[in-house]
Amino acid sequence: MPSLKDLKNRIASVKSTRKITKAMQMVAAAKLRRAQEAAEASRPYTERFNAVMAGLASGAAGSAAAPKLLSGTGSDQTHLLVVMTAERGLCGGFNGNIAKLARAHAQKLLAQGKTVKIITVGKKGRDVIKRELGEHFIEHVDLSAVKRISYANAQSIAKDVLAKFDAGEFDIATIFFARFENVVSQHPTALQVIPAQFEEVEGAEAALYDYEPSEEAVLADLLPRGVATQIFAALLENAASEQGARMSAMDNATRNAGDMIDQLTIEYNRSRQAVITNELIEIISGAEAL
Amino acid sequence: MANVQFDLVSPERRLASVEATEVQIPGADGDMTAMADHAPTIATLRPGVLKVLHSGGTDEYIVSGGFAEITATGVSVLAEQALPRAEMTQELFDEMLSEAKAAYVSAQEVFKNEPGPVDDAAKLLSDMVAIGGHIGLTANN
Repeated sequence: MPSLKDLKNRIASVKSTRKITKAMQMVAAAKLRRAQEAAEASRPYTERFNAVMAGLASGAAGSAAAPKLLSGTGSDQTHLLVVMTAERGLCGGFNGNIAKLARAHAQKLLAQGKTVKIITVGKKGRDVIKRELGEHFIEHVDLSAVKRISYANAQSIAKDVLAKFDAGEFDIATIFFARFENVVSQHPTALQVIPAQFEEVEGAEAALYDYEPSEEAVLADLLPRGVATQIFAALLENAASEQGARMSAMDNATRNAGDMIDQLTIEYNRSRQAVITNELIEIISGAEAL
Repeated sequence: MANVQFDLVSPERRLASVEATEVQIPGADGDMTAMADHAPTIATLRPGVLKVLHSGGTDEYIVSGGFAEITATGVSVLAEQALPRAEMTQELFDEMLSEAKAAYVSAQEVFKNEPGPVDDAAKLLSDMVAIGGHIGLTANN
C-alpha cells in the first residue's frame, strides 16, 4: 500500500500531465483551424483543375499518342509508394494507420513478385518504414523545417517523382496520406497519381474546347502539374488530419488524466481516513487500558 | 455589353472573382483577350501580366504558368503562382528570375543535345525578364 506522501506526489504528477495534454489539445485545435483553412483555400483550384483534366484525359486516353503520364508505361512491374506522415508523434493512431496501409500495400505487391520503392515524407513514417521495409526505402523528403506547407513544397516532391518516372525508375506511383473527414475520423488513403486517374465528371462537357497551342501540348503541360496538385492536396489533407488526430488523442489523454486524478484522490482520502481511524483506536484503547 | 465571370485561383488561394468586361491573358502562343461569347478555349499560360478590365477599373496580376479556361460566360485562370501586381517587389522578382536562370543553366547541362527543353527554359527566362520590363522592375545581375 502506497503511503500518503506517495499518493500525493502521484496526484501532483498526473495533474501536471493533464495540464500539458490540455495545452497540446488547444494548440492542435488552433493549428487545425489554420490547416483546414489552407485546405479549403486550395479546393477551388483542385476542383477546377480536375474537372478540366478529366475532360482532357477522356479525350486523349484512347489515342495511341497519349502521354505516358496518362496511359502508363505499359507495365506494372515497379511501384513507387510515396508515404506521407507527420513529423511529430503524439497524435494517436495517425502515423501508424498510414504506415500500416502502406505496409499492407507493399507486402501485397511483393507477394505478387513486383518491385517496390518507397519515398517517405515525414519523419514518423520513415522510422516505421525503414524498420520494416528498409531494403525498399529509397528516399526521404524532409519537411520538418516547414511551418506552412506551400505549393512549392509539393512541387519539389512532384519534380523529384517525375524525374524518376522520366528516368524509367518506376511504372506506377501511389501516394499514401490520411483524408480528413472530421476531427475524430481520418481515413488513411491510397491514391494512384501516375498513371493519372480522374473521376468521370457527370455530364462532362468534354471535347467542346479549342486548345491553345494544341490539345497534346496542353495535356503535356498539365499532366505534370496534376501530379503536383494532387500531392499538394494530399499534403494539406494530411496536415489537417494530423492536427485533428492530435486534438482527439490529447482530448482523450486529458480525460484519462482527469479520471486518474479522481481515482487517486479517492484512494488518498480513504487512506487518510484509515490513518485517522487507526490513531483514534490507539488513543481510545490506550485510555481504556488505564 | 455582356460581362464575363472572371476567376483567378492559385493552389494556395483564390485571388479574384469579379464580373469583368475583358480579360487579357498571356497565352503560351501569344497574348489574347477574352470577352463575352468567346469560343470555349483552354490555353496554357506563359509567365506574364494578366489584365482584367471591369466596371471598377483595371486589375493587374503577375502569373507564372498555368492555364486558362475560357467559356462564353466566364474565364477561369488557374495559375501556378499568381499575385496582384502591387504585391510584386524587386526581391520577389529577383527570386523568380534567379529560379528561371537556374532552370536554364541546368537545362543546358542536362539536355546538351536536345534543343527543345533548353529553348523552353530560355523562353521562360526571357518571359520573366519581359515581366520586369512591363511593370518597371529591372532585371539586374
